[in-house]
Amino acid sequence: MTSSKVKDKIRHFISRRLKTNFDDDLNLFTSGLVDSLFAMELVLFVEKEFKIKVDNADLDLKNFNSVCAIAGFIVRKAANR
Amino acid sequence: MEITLTRQQRKMRDRFREVADREIAPHADQFDKDENIPADFLKQLASKRLFGGLIPKQRGGCGWDMVTYGLFCEEIGRASASILSMLTVHNMVSWAIMKWGSLDQQAYWLPKLAAGEIMGGFALTEPQFGSDAKNISTEAAVCEGGYQISGHKKWISCGQIANVFLVIARCEGAPSAFLMENACPGLTINPTFGMLGFRAAMLSELQLNGCRIPQENLLGKIGFGFSHVAGAALDLGRYSIAWGSVGLSQACVQASLHYTCERVQFGTPLKEHQLIQQMIANMIASTKASRLLCLNAGYLKDIHDPDSIMETAIAKYFASTASVKAALDAVQIHGANGCSGNYPVQRYLRDAKIMEIIEGSNQIQQLLIARNAYSHFPAMKRERIDNESQGQE
Repeated sequence: MTSSKVKDKIRHFISRRLKTNFDDDLNLFTSGLVDSLFAMELVLFVEKEFKIKVDNADLDLKNFNSVCAIAGFIVRKAANR
Repeated sequence: MEITLTRQQRKMRDRFREVADREIAPHADQFDKDENIPADFLKQLASKRLFGGLIPKQRGGCGWDMVTYGLFCEEIGRASASILSMLTVHNMVSWAIMKWGSLDQQAYWLPKLAAGEIMGGFALTEPQFGSDAKNISTEAAVCEGGYQISGHKKWISCGQIANVFLVIARCEGAPSAFLMENACPGLTINPTFGMLGFRAAMLSELQLNGCRIPQENLLGKIGFGFSHVAGAALDLGRYSIAWGSVGLSQACVQASLHYTCERVQFGTPLKEHQLIQQMIANMIASTKASRLLCLNAGYLKDIHDPDSIMETAIAKYFASTASVKAALDAVQIHGANGCSGNYPVQRYLRDAKIMEIIEGSNQIQQLLIARNAYSHFPAMKRERIDNESQGQE
């Protein structure tokens, strides 16, 4: 799957949870736009949609804090599968 | 669409029901009065391989799916909410390690938790921070070889007997999760008695005075202790309590049906009185509705759907609220007998009230549910407009 398609899916997932428009570089966790359940919802979404497992080694804000970051993480993880 | 348990799930439910009816229910009132569960009893329960339900088989557990685990929580909750509470926090710790532990941590801790050799406790809440959990003040300072933790935790279920605590603390300001053994120097465990409900859940306070733990006891990474480690644990906790509330409601139904068949007033069994029938009908309908919400949440968890998190919050809110109403009506149906320690319904009421408070109070659940609805609303409206323009319903 291309990075562009990955970003489309991520944007769709996030847009169902945010009331507002956002760009791909928005820091989701410092924006105040997501609630305390979002982190776990995001993990479940990434695992289910892209068939990868998020584990201990992946816990780095650089992997999850924006659409671009999430997409990059997914592409790298899928390549190493 | 089919809403039905598999044959294996039904078989497991029957097994859990038998354990609840034969091993737990006969002692639940005494445990509640004593505010204690004997160590021998827990050892006996552990021997039935019920402590590692969710842990994978290759780690010594049973590898249950989430619906099966929910059925387990219902039956245990039906017999004793206190024992359910202890098993809930034990499973929360196991779950957090399963999800976020390193391979070494999983290999070390999970087999022991699965066998019930050790009990887990979840230490997040503090005297000044309950719902406001993100602002906890317990501190973990980096030191040679690990961390030094100081702070105060309160209302810790299973705290009197837990062998390992999952402690959430701030490390250089970043919420982080640590595994701390109960023998850790500097840790003082003070039992808590006199609670309204969950009296036998072995609650305690933890005083942490410079408790040193090794580096390898950090669970997850610094900064992810609340969002991911506690997040995963609390989601499972909410799910467990939602099902436990169904169990409590079911206990109220059964007690009330039994009592109203036997108790005679004005020459007629209570069951013939229409105002009693009204309360029974309401109790049954709300119990079934609670169970369906829990089954939905369990199914979504088993298919790893992100919506499972919100559906679990909804199930917890609804089921715990329903259990309080069911218990209030059960006490009312029993009359003065319902206020006496000779009948279990007074325990059900006290325990049901606690269900509304723990694992995220119902007010917090309501906030999350409403905010989620509003955040979805523009998208729902767009989808509906798109579907209508394409001639779909």
